[in-house]
Amino acid sequence: MKLKKILPQFLTLLFIVLIFGFFTMNAQENMDTRGIEFGFGFLKQEASFDIQFSLIDYDGSKSYARAYLVGLLNTLLVSAIGIILCTILGVVIGVARLSPNYLINRTASVYIEFFRNIPLLLQIFFWYFAALRALPMPEDASLLLGTSYMTIKGLYTPAPIWNNFDVFLISLIISLILIFFFNRYAKRKQEEAGIQYPKFLISLGIFLIIPALTFIFGGVDLQWSFPELKQLAKTSFTYEGGVGIPPELIALTLALTLYTATFIAENVRAGIQGIGKGQKEAAASIGLTPGQVLKLVIMPQALRIIIPPTTNQYLNLTKNSSLAAAIAYPDLVLVFAGTAMMQTGRAIEIVAITMATYLTISLSISLFMNWYNKSIAIKEK
Amino acid sequence: MFKYLKQLTSLVAMVAVLFTFTTETMAAKKSKTLKNTQKKGFVRCGVSQGLPGFSNADAAGNWTGVDVDVCRAVAAAVLGDASKVKYTPLSAKERFTALTSGEIDILSRNTTWTLSRDADIGLTFVGVNFYDGQGFMVRKSSGITSTSQFKNGISACTNIGTTTELNMRDFFNSKGISYTPVAFEKADEVVAAYDAGRCDTYTTDKSGLAAQRTKMSNPDEHIVLPETISKEPLGPVVRQGDSVWEDIVRWSLNTMIEAEEYGITSGNADMMKTSDNPAIKRLVGAEGEMGAAFGLDNDWNYRIITQVGNYGESYKRNIADTGILPDRGPNELWTKGGILYVPPSR
Amino acid sequence: MSKVNLLKPNKENINLFLGLGVLFFTLGILDFYLNNFYEKNITGFLPGFISFFTPLIFGMIGLHFVRIEFSGIKKLDELNKNINTSNFNAALSFCIILLLIFSIPPLLNWFIFDANIAGDTKEACTGGGACWVYIKVWFNRFMYGMYPNAEQWRVNATFIIVLVLMGLGYFFPLRFKKYLTLYYVIFLPIISFLLIYYLISGGEFGLEWVETGAWGGLSLTFIVSFFSLIFCFPIGMMLALGRRSDLPVVKYSSLTFIEFWRGVPLITVLFMSAVMFPMFLPDGTYVDKLIRVIAAIVLFEAAYTAEVIRGGLQALPRGQYDAAKSLGMGYWRLHLLVILPQALKLVIPGIANTFLALVKDTPLIFVVGLLELAGMLGLAKTNPKWLGFSMEGYVFAGIIFWIICYSMSKYSYNLELKYKTDR
Repeated sequence: MKLKKILPQFLTLLFIVLIFGFFTMNAQENMDTRGIEFGFGFLKQEASFDIQFSLIDYDGSKSYARAYLVGLLNTLLVSAIGIILCTILGVVIGVARLSPNYLINRTASVYIEFFRNIPLLLQIFFWYFAALRALPMPEDASLLLGTSYMTIKGLYTPAPIWNNFDVFLISLIISLILIFFFNRYAKRKQEEAGIQYPKFLISLGIFLIIPALTFIFGGVDLQWSFPELKQLAKTSFTYEGGVGIPPELIALTLALTLYTATFIAENVRAGIQGIGKGQKEAAASIGLTPGQVLKLVIMPQALRIIIPPTTNQYLNLTKNSSLAAAIAYPDLVLVFAGTAMMQTGRAIEIVAITMATYLTISLSISLFMNWYNKSIAIKEK
Repeated sequence: MFKYLKQLTSLVAMVAVLFTFTTETMAAKKSKTLKNTQKKGFVRCGVSQGLPGFSNADAAGNWTGVDVDVCRAVAAAVLGDASKVKYTPLSAKERFTALTSGEIDILSRNTTWTLSRDADIGLTFVGVNFYDGQGFMVRKSSGITSTSQFKNGISACTNIGTTTELNMRDFFNSKGISYTPVAFEKADEVVAAYDAGRCDTYTTDKSGLAAQRTKMSNPDEHIVLPETISKEPLGPVVRQGDSVWEDIVRWSLNTMIEAEEYGITSGNADMMKTSDNPAIKRLVGAEGEMGAAFGLDNDWNYRIITQVGNYGESYKRNIADTGILPDRGPNELWTKGGILYVPPSR
Repeated sequence: MSKVNLLKPNKENINLFLGLGVLFFTLGILDFYLNNFYEKNITGFLPGFISFFTPLIFGMIGLHFVRIEFSGIKKLDELNKNINTSNFNAALSFCIILLLIFSIPPLLNWFIFDANIAGDTKEACTGGGACWVYIKVWFNRFMYGMYPNAEQWRVNATFIIVLVLMGLGYFFPLRFKKYLTLYYVIFLPIISFLLIYYLISGGEFGLEWVETGAWGGLSLTFIVSFFSLIFCFPIGMMLALGRRSDLPVVKYSSLTFIEFWRGVPLITVLFMSAVMFPMFLPDGTYVDKLIRVIAAIVLFEAAYTAEVIRGGLQALPRGQYDAAKSLGMGYWRLHLLVILPQALKLVIPGIANTFLALVKDTPLIFVVGLLELAGMLGLAKTNPKWLGFSMEGYVFAGIIFWIICYSMSKYSYNLELKYKTDR
């Protein structure tokens, strides 16, 4: 009886050890005969290549470790923007999918069926190589909203120039803390005395007013630097001043958002539909408005159904952002598992680091969403 | 109980097979690569993903180019048939990993010979089949005629994983110009992006610029600037640790260049067998035992010349006649004012 | 005739309100149409930004007038119920109508009316629309990659035979029905593999050898998806069972395996298998790149399949296990005969979704140099003779993938419905 338990485990272990041993031995031997060393010392060496787009201070004189950080931040940036946008779009489309209005309903479902069934890589290519290529050259670009230019070289928007930015930042943090405490207070009041405050409006008010006060009293000052056309040569132009958002980032964000939003929309729809009709009717019968029904009765329950599959979509989006390598957005795969790997020749180390990084990101998003899911789960009393 | 025993024995047997396999290959002959190549019946060669004149596939999947001819020469030498090559198109980023991992046996993909590549990452450069330098391409209409007219804010398209990326930085830094690098993985994407107006200039090896220019929607609208900002000796690469294979590839290339020096072409190689000049006779396998050291027969170099041709023929066929670079420049023989100079085959 | 209150359309003055409604609605559409397609602004006398919104204002007024409750006209009531319940709804509906008017004619023009299909050179494309000539000329390449034209019948024959063999299952006589699973899980994959090995790859029986590097286009997409589907299922099943095992070593190794593959992007996995993997093999062993890439996709998707199947296993009530155990069934008999058949039935939609994701992931093999459909597009769009048609290429590939994926998802939806009623 005991053998029956031990033997399969022993065999599994043996199998794993043998496979790993086999691969490591071969790699070791191959690396020896080919004169390749293994080690992570290269991370401290000077990278000596530049990167198109970086959130932190970087140039070629910095180390490979710094280049890794640039790539990682770029991956996180595109994932974060993508997650925010696709959540908004996904919720809108998901709710629209349930609208009684025939046109809205159909439009939403056509959108979902269309974008969901085309491979993401094709969509990225389409946006980058076909759609964005149709944009005008800088000198022909027309003004968007009076401030920005959309050109083939990217989107140029005004850049904020702050005075006393730290004061502003502190005020933001203070307002967030205030909102947090206010919400806790409001929740207790509601539970104890049944008094409802317009939580959202008051929170918004705090968030807007306190930072606004710093402009008057804190000496905070905000000016905008507008992009200006600059001539590089007879027919070659660019914009200076302002923020330049590379078209690669735009194409990637667009494709990731449009693609992932379809899945989130389906999750939202399934979540709302998963709530029994009785709930809605009961809520309406005690005199709640349709908005209140959605906010107070449907959503808190639907979220529990929506969140687990949506977490998976967030993970997918993050992993899919590695397709950036197919267009020239300098994410982790392009910068680190691309240029850096090529310049150093340390394929095994770099691929291992890259994979470990993605694993860590995935696991942290999972853990965070699990925690969030638990925190909103209805506590059985 | 017996069931598990059976599983166990089969597993042990499997492991035993794996280990004998490993020990057998360790004890193999001097050049494992040569042995494996002859066993497989084709040379595994890494080439570019399409660079006219160097390595480019036509719509029927046939590869041509001077880099391709190196692979064909090796195939002719070791297998007797220049067409026995399996081409693996590689991006700049993949090439060295593919070579060191053993996915390919020769990398003939306009690769620049540098110290760090040769010494650091398990590669050995066997020679130079094209002397080149990095340049810039701009639109003619921009009015730029020299790199001294570059201004701050210029955007430059290039490939990732190339020396170009490093040279570009050195160049712009030394001139004090701020620039935006836009680096793509595939050369085709770089061309497409530059052609569409994403970048103001396109920088890579000058031969590459000349070749890629033919891929643009209107080649006449672009010019290559006269300045050369680096030296780029391009050549075939092999893995470290197999000196016999390294020698075979090196001398296959040398044979092509030396054949041109002595005027041996694919057309007259047969006649040359009866030449009076012993140097020529050695090059066509009519004198000496030139193949024995590699474990090859005596006709190996004769096959290279008849099946692939000498370097001049290869250059003419692939680069000059296609209009990419009609002028051979430094890639002329040393006897004719160029810098092609190879050690003698003797 | 009762009093007319313009703010409250009523049934009594239905004709007046309908007339007004239709008039304003038409005015809105007309204004928009002229503005966009003839560059004539009929409301140009109004200040700039009011004039911009006039179509919407007209349309909303129009829809407001026709919003008559219980009008007695069945069509109108239905219309109101469907798209015109409130002002907000009306505005959204009208915006969508305007969007359709705005986008459909140019799209139709591009796709059909201004498109060119005759001829076989770039010069034949004279219209402002799509150049379908490009697709026509490159069609063989898009379908078969670099596979020699003269040999393409071999690819077609293989696919037809495999399809026929797949359909054959339906016509099995009743007494062979129990072997159906065996047929699909073991027999069919082996036959398909042999077919692909001997017919598509060739090299025997007088057929010319075509190396895998020349395979490509949509047929490669099919080959890769087909084998990945076949292999990722059993491996995923083993992993799912492993993850639910009582034996800690088995459990945690399955868990690690699953979480590892689910945590890394496919693109890095493909890079490893295509470029780095030979480093981990004894010097000189050679495994074809295509096989390595398929193996990578199989392992990757197997982890996802495992999670789906695990969901099904968890959903089964404990009673099933206990009942089977009380009959004296061992681990394997219990799972093969009792648990898995029920669990798999539960997760069919999930599995179908995973397979759908797999098909959509196949274009990624383009990144490691295997030229399936997306890769061939990349090649064709940079061909000097055919520059500037990337849009047509992507639209074509998009349509093909859309048809495949949409039919798969509809099929899985039908399966879902079918099995829902079964329980």
